Amino acid sequence: MKLHRIELTVNGELDRVDVPAQMTLLDMLREKLMLTGTKNGCAAGECGACTVLMNGEPVNSCLVLAVECDGSEIVTVEGLAHDGQLDPIQRAIVEAGGVQCGFCTPGILITSRALLDRNPEPTDSEIQEALVGNLCRCTGYQRIIDGVLEAAELEKELAHV
Amino acid sequence: MFNGQIKTDIPTPIGESKTRLDAHEKVTGAAVFADDMQFGNGLLHARILRSPYPHARIVSIDISQAKQLPGVKAVVTGEDFPGFLGLYLLDRHIFCRDRVRYVGDPVAGVAAIDESIAEKALELIKVEYEVLEPVTDPEFGTGPEAPLIHPDLDQYKVANFILPQPGTNISNYFKIRKGDVDSAWEKCAAIIQRKYRIPHIQHVPIEPHVAIAQVEESGKVTLWGTSQSPFAQRNLIAQALGVTQSDMRVIAPYIGGGFGSKAGVSMESLAAAIATKVKGRPVKLLLTREEEFYTAFVRQGLVAHFKMGCDEDGNLLAMENKFYWDGGAYTEYGVNITRASGYSSSGPYEVPNVKTDSYCVYTNHPVGGPMRGFGMPEMHAGLEQCIDELAHQIGMDPVEFRAINCLKDDSILVTGSKMHPTGLSQCLEKTAKAIGWGTKANPSAPNKRRGKGIALMWKAPAMPPNAGSSAWVELAEDGQVTVGLGGQDLGQGAFTVGAQMAAAALGVPYEWVHVATPIDTRYSPYEWQTVASRLTWSMGNAIVSAARDARRQILEMMAEAWEEDEDNLDILNGMVVSYKSEKEMPLKDIVIYGVPKPDDQGWIGGPVIGRGKFMPDYVTGLDPETGQGERAVVHYTTGAQAVELEVDLDTGQIDIIKGAAAFDVGRAINPDMVIAQIEGGFVQGMSSALFEQLKYEDGYLQNPSFVDYRIATSSDIPEGIQSFIVEVPQDDGPWGARGIGEHSMVPTIPAIANAIYDAIGVRFEGPPFTSEKVYLGMLEAGIVK
Repeated sequence: MKLHRIELTVNGELDRVDVPAQMTLLDMLREKLMLTGTKNGCAAGECGACTVLMNGEPVNSCLVLAVECDGSEIVTVEGLAHDGQLDPIQRAIVEAGGVQCGFCTPGILITSRALLDRNPEPTDSEIQEALVGNLCRCTGYQRIIDGVLEAAELEKELAHV
Repeated sequence: MFNGQIKTDIPTPIGESKTRLDAHEKVTGAAVFADDMQFGNGLLHARILRSPYPHARIVSIDISQAKQLPGVKAVVTGEDFPGFLGLYLLDRHIFCRDRVRYVGDPVAGVAAIDESIAEKALELIKVEYEVLEPVTDPEFGTGPEAPLIHPDLDQYKVANFILPQPGTNISNYFKIRKGDVDSAWEKCAAIIQRKYRIPHIQHVPIEPHVAIAQVEESGKVTLWGTSQSPFAQRNLIAQALGVTQSDMRVIAPYIGGGFGSKAGVSMESLAAAIATKVKGRPVKLLLTREEEFYTAFVRQGLVAHFKMGCDEDGNLLAMENKFYWDGGAYTEYGVNITRASGYSSSGPYEVPNVKTDSYCVYTNHPVGGPMRGFGMPEMHAGLEQCIDELAHQIGMDPVEFRAINCLKDDSILVTGSKMHPTGLSQCLEKTAKAIGWGTKANPSAPNKRRGKGIALMWKAPAMPPNAGSSAWVELAEDGQVTVGLGGQDLGQGAFTVGAQMAAAALGVPYEWVHVATPIDTRYSPYEWQTVASRLTWSMGNAIVSAARDARRQILEMMAEAWEEDEDNLDILNGMVVSYKSEKEMPLKDIVIYGVPKPDDQGWIGGPVIGRGKFMPDYVTGLDPETGQGERAVVHYTTGAQAVELEVDLDTGQIDIIKGAAAFDVGRAINPDMVIAQIEGGFVQGMSSALFEQLKYEDGYLQNPSFVDYRIATSSDIPEGIQSFIVEVPQDDGPWGARGIGEHSMVPTIPAIANAIYDAIGVRFEGPPFTSEKVYLGMLEAGIVK
C-alpha cells in the first residue's frame, strides 16, 4: 500500500506521519499517534464524538482524510490542558456535572472550545445551536450548556486578572 | 435493619454532591474505553457475515474460498459452536446453525490481518437460503396460523420462573389473577378500553459495541469489551464455548453509555468464538454504527390492551390487561421483561381486581434486550393515558384521581403483598405544583395550543431473586483506601457513590477512596450485573459491609494494642481515636504492618482487607396460575413527571416547554448525581416520545443511521426541568437508598401524551409523536383543515 508523508502540528507539536490515502484524520490520530481521546461513534459525521479543531475550526475527524491535514494545525481533547492546568471549558463542564459516561465529552469540549474562541459570551441558544451536531445520550444536555456558560464566565474573570 | 448512622456529628460524604471520581480522566481524554486499548501488531480483525433475510433456513454454507484468501486466519460458522446461549432461556447459538431468524443474525465469522481483508473474505462465503415466512406482529405471532420460529422450544433449558409454551411462539407466559375482574365490571361507573402500540427503539449509546478476545494455547479465554455484565458474560460465554468459568476472564474498562444495550451477552460471544480458532492472537470485533442499528439489542415492541374501571367516587375497581411483547428472534431478557410487566401490571395503583396476560412472543425482529426502564416505559405509556381518560370520564381531575388511587404505605399490590413505605403521593404533589397544575398559560402564538400532562410510575429491580453483590476494601501504606467492586460505571456514577459509601462506613475522607478499575473478573469481586438500577442499593450494601469489616479489624487491633474496650474507639477522618483515653493513631501507621503489642514483644494485626457481600434472601416465587405470592420483588422505586408543551397547529410540531420530575430514591447518597439521572432520563424519555422508532417493513429495518433514526439533540430540550428528590428510606438500603437510573424515563411518554391531549384533544395509538403524525391526527379530528 502506497503511503503518503504528511507534516502537521498536533496539540502544539510538529509531527511527521506516513498514511495511506484513504486513512481518515480520526484513524490517524487514534492509530498512528495513539491519541485515543478522540472517539469513534459512527464514522459517518453524524454523532460528533470525533470532533477536533483543524486550523481552529471544529471538524468531524471521521470525514477528513489524513492527507488533507498536511500542513495544518490540529487540536484534540488531549491538547486542551496546559502545564497540568485544565482548560476553563474542562473545569466548567466537570463542575456543572456535564460528564456522565464521557464518550461524547471530548467532542463536546472541542466544539465548545471553538464556540468560545469565536464567541466569548454565547447565549443559551447559541450554545444549543453550536452543539447540535454533538450527540449525548446521558446528560440531557442542560448541564453541558451550563458548563459552557460557566466557562465563558471563568474566561472573562481570567481575562480581567 | 442497617441504619447507616455512624455518629451524627461526624461529617460524612453521604448526602453530599461529590464530584465524580472519573471526571478528570474523562475531560482530558485519558479515560480508557475498550476501543482505545492497544493489542499490538498481532491483533486480528473480525467481521461477521449476517443474514439478509428475516426468516430463512440455511441450506448450505461454503467457506472454502474465503479460507484461501491471503491474510485470512480463520473462518467459522455455526457448525463449529454447538453450545447454547441465553440468560433465562437458552434459545440461541453463537452463530446460526440451521436457520436465521432476523436480518443481521450472525451466520459466519472471519478473522484476518486487517479489516479490508476480513470484509473481502465475507464476500467469498457462499450461503444458500430457503426463505421462510416471517412473523412481524407479536399478537399474530401467538396464534395458530403463525409459522413457528423455534420448533425446538420444548428442548431449551429455562429458568424455573419463566414459562415458555412449546408448540407456539410464546417464550414466556405470565398471568395475574387477583380478585374477580368479571364481576367487578358491573360495579364500575366508568370503564375505559384501549389498545396501544409501542414501537421498537434502540439505546444508541454513543460508543459502539466492541469486543477483543484472546484464547491461550491451554484454552483459557480473555475477553475485553464494552460490558455492563462482565460476570454474566464469564458465566454464559464459558458455558456456550464449553470452558469452565474459571478459564474465562472478562475485563471491562469504561463504557460509553449502556442503557441496557451492553448487558448480558450479545456480540462479545462472536469475538470469543472466533478467537478459539486462532489461539494466541487477540481478535477484535468493532461494530459499525449501521451494524449497531441492525443487530444490537432493541427495546421490544409492545401491543398492549387495557381495560380499566372505577366507581363513581373514582376508586379503581378493576383492570384487565393483555401484553404482547415483540421479543424478537431470541430472548435474552425479553422473557423477564414480560414477567416484570406482569407483576407490575396495575401500575403504581391499588386495584382490588386484576387480570393480566403477558406474553413474550418470538418474532423475526432483532433480539429484545433490556433497555432503561425494562418494560415499564412501554407499559406505562398506555396505562397512564387510560388513567387520565378514566378520570375525565367520571369528571374528576387526573391529579386527584391519581392521589386517591396511587400506592401508599401498606397498599395491597397486584401480586398480593404489601407496599413498603413510599413517597409516591409526595412525588405527585410536587410535580403537579411545579408544573402549575390547574392553571392554563396562554400559548406563545395564535397558531399554537398549550397543554399540561402528568404521569406516575413504579418499577422494581427485575432480576433473579438471589442476584448477589460482593466487595472488598483494602488500605495502603498512606492510609488510603481501595474499593474492589464488580459493578460497572456506565456514567450513572456508581464508582463515585461506592467511594462515598466506603468513606462513610470506614471513617476516612472521600478523597482517600479509590476504586479498583477496570472491572476484571479475575480480580474484581462478583457482581451479578449492572442492570435493574440495583447497584446503589445492592452493591452499596456489599461495599458498606466490606468497609465495616475492615473497620472492625482495625478497631480490634487498636483495642488490643491500647488495652481498651473496642466500643470506645472510632475511626474519624482516617484516624483511629479513643473517646476514653483520647489516644490517636493515623491509619497509615497501622494498616499494613500492624502495631506492636502493649509490652512491645511481638505484633498485632497486619494488612487490612475487609470483605462484604449482599444477596436478598427474602424474594419468594409467584403462583404460576395467579401471579400471587408473598414478596415478588425487593422493592419499588416510585415517581412522577409532568410536562407543559405547545403544539404548532401549522406543522404538528411539539415543543416541550417545561418538565417537572420527582422520584422517591429512599436516600440520595449524591443528590447532584441523582438529579443528573432525573434530567438525563427525562430527555431520553422525551426523545423516545417525540422522535424515536426503528421502522421495520416485513422484518427489514428502514432507518439504520443517526440521520434517519433521530435522537434528541441540544436544541430539543425544554427550557427547564425542575427535579425533586423524595426520601422515604428503604429498610435494607444503604442509608435507606434505592435505585434511580432507569426510573427517570418511565413516565415521560404518557406525561407528554396526556399533555398533547390537553392541548388538542387527540390521542395516538403510540409514540413517536412526530410532527407528521400529530398534524395528520389534527386533520382527522378536524382541528385543522
